[in-house]
Amino acid sequence: MKIAYYPGCTLKTRAKNLEDSALAAMKALGIETEELPRWNCCGAVYSLADDDLIHIVAPVRDLIRVKEQGHDTVVTLCSMCYNTLARANHLMKNDPEKRKTINDFMDEEPDYDGSVRVTHLLDLLRDDIGWETLKQKVTTPLKGLKVAPYYGCTLLRPKDVAIDSADNPMVLRHFLAALGAEVIDFPGAVECCGTYQVLGNPDAALSVSHNILTDATKHGAEALALACPLCDYNLGRKQDAMLSKFEGMKEVPIYYFTQLLALALGIGEDVCHFELNRAISTDLLKTKNLLRAAG
Amino acid sequence: MRCAGIRNDNYSCEVLMPLKISTRTTDDELKRKVREISGEIFSKCFQCGTCSGSCPMVEHLTTTPRRLMALLQAGQGEALEKVNTPWVCASCHTCMVRCPRGIDIPKVMEALRQIVLRQNINRIEPSNLQPEEIIDLPQIAMVSGFRKLTG
Repeated sequence: MKIAYYPGCTLKTRAKNLEDSALAAMKALGIETEELPRWNCCGAVYSLADDDLIHIVAPVRDLIRVKEQGHDTVVTLCSMCYNTLARANHLMKNDPEKRKTINDFMDEEPDYDGSVRVTHLLDLLRDDIGWETLKQKVTTPLKGLKVAPYYGCTLLRPKDVAIDSADNPMVLRHFLAALGAEVIDFPGAVECCGTYQVLGNPDAALSVSHNILTDATKHGAEALALACPLCDYNLGRKQDAMLSKFEGMKEVPIYYFTQLLALALGIGEDVCHFELNRAISTDLLKTKNLLRAAG
Repeated sequence: MRCAGIRNDNYSCEVLMPLKISTRTTDDELKRKVREISGEIFSKCFQCGTCSGSCPMVEHLTTTPRRLMALLQAGQGEALEKVNTPWVCASCHTCMVRCPRGIDIPKVMEALRQIVLRQNINRIEPSNLQPEEIIDLPQIAMVSGFRKLTG
């Protein structure tokens, strides 16, 4: 299987642990990816104003690059990029009037009709690889690791682009189970981490993220697996602020789902860049004998 | 004065009540603008409160989404200017997937934000960000934050 790969801005800087682990894992699973040439920022959030088409231009350009490259499927790793590209694609496919306006505006580009398949690695693993095949490729089962799946918002909402049910998603549960982990379900899995309100209302974002982590640990989770670099920031990086603000707060290791994937596939720890996660993330894997003891 | 359903003490709820609703206090132009920018028919809202019950930010709001919809239906522009709801909304879309009337509430919030931002009024000032924050934040946080909260 050969497909286009759209990285997005954050994966090239803050989230190397997401990108490197995912690329190595996809290679090991026989998914051949080719990074889009000249990709640009997707805009991070899909424009919700009906009269604002200019912000749809950036993601549509990326989708035109996919066609130019000769591919019909593009895989994303960041859930925000997935959502923005998928919604722009949905609009171009289903709204003839806006499609015409956008195509006319981009007169230097070929017309685009929404015919690229925009996927996230998680639905690619489910629909194109399958959990049974994945299970067979696992060499280091994540035995005894109690992980809670955390979806956040943009993989599940709105329904037009959701990779799974908005209320009762299963994709991460099945994924983690295939890796041999003990999956811990908790209601906070589909709740919002506060996203960009880390800029506008940092206290509110901190508080909702803290609620999610508390909920997960109450249900017996030792760690969280997620797909979005902004969720990772709010739930992971911001734990320092939470630890000093909320009494009795328990530190929780946060992993990108691709780090756990690469680990279970036995690809090697280097591509996982666990040094970019909280130190406790490495400690937990060591106590479960999933990492080399050295270092 | 006590505000039902609002749990945060950081914000004053005085703006909410009492409201005198008459043809003189109704801002039809605001209703028209929100309708145009959002593309949503907010008159469909029948005040069930599912949005408020689903909102992860509800305890940080001065006005719940349900109440905001009522203010909007009544064209209460002055009251709407004072509420923080659209500015604390994280566009998580939980209310939207659960709304029994099929209203895309995040689009209504976006319209209320855009009406302010299009007058070149910023809700946050990018230049106030500290260098250490900028280095630490993932780009998607800044791009999305600036898209939602600056003009």
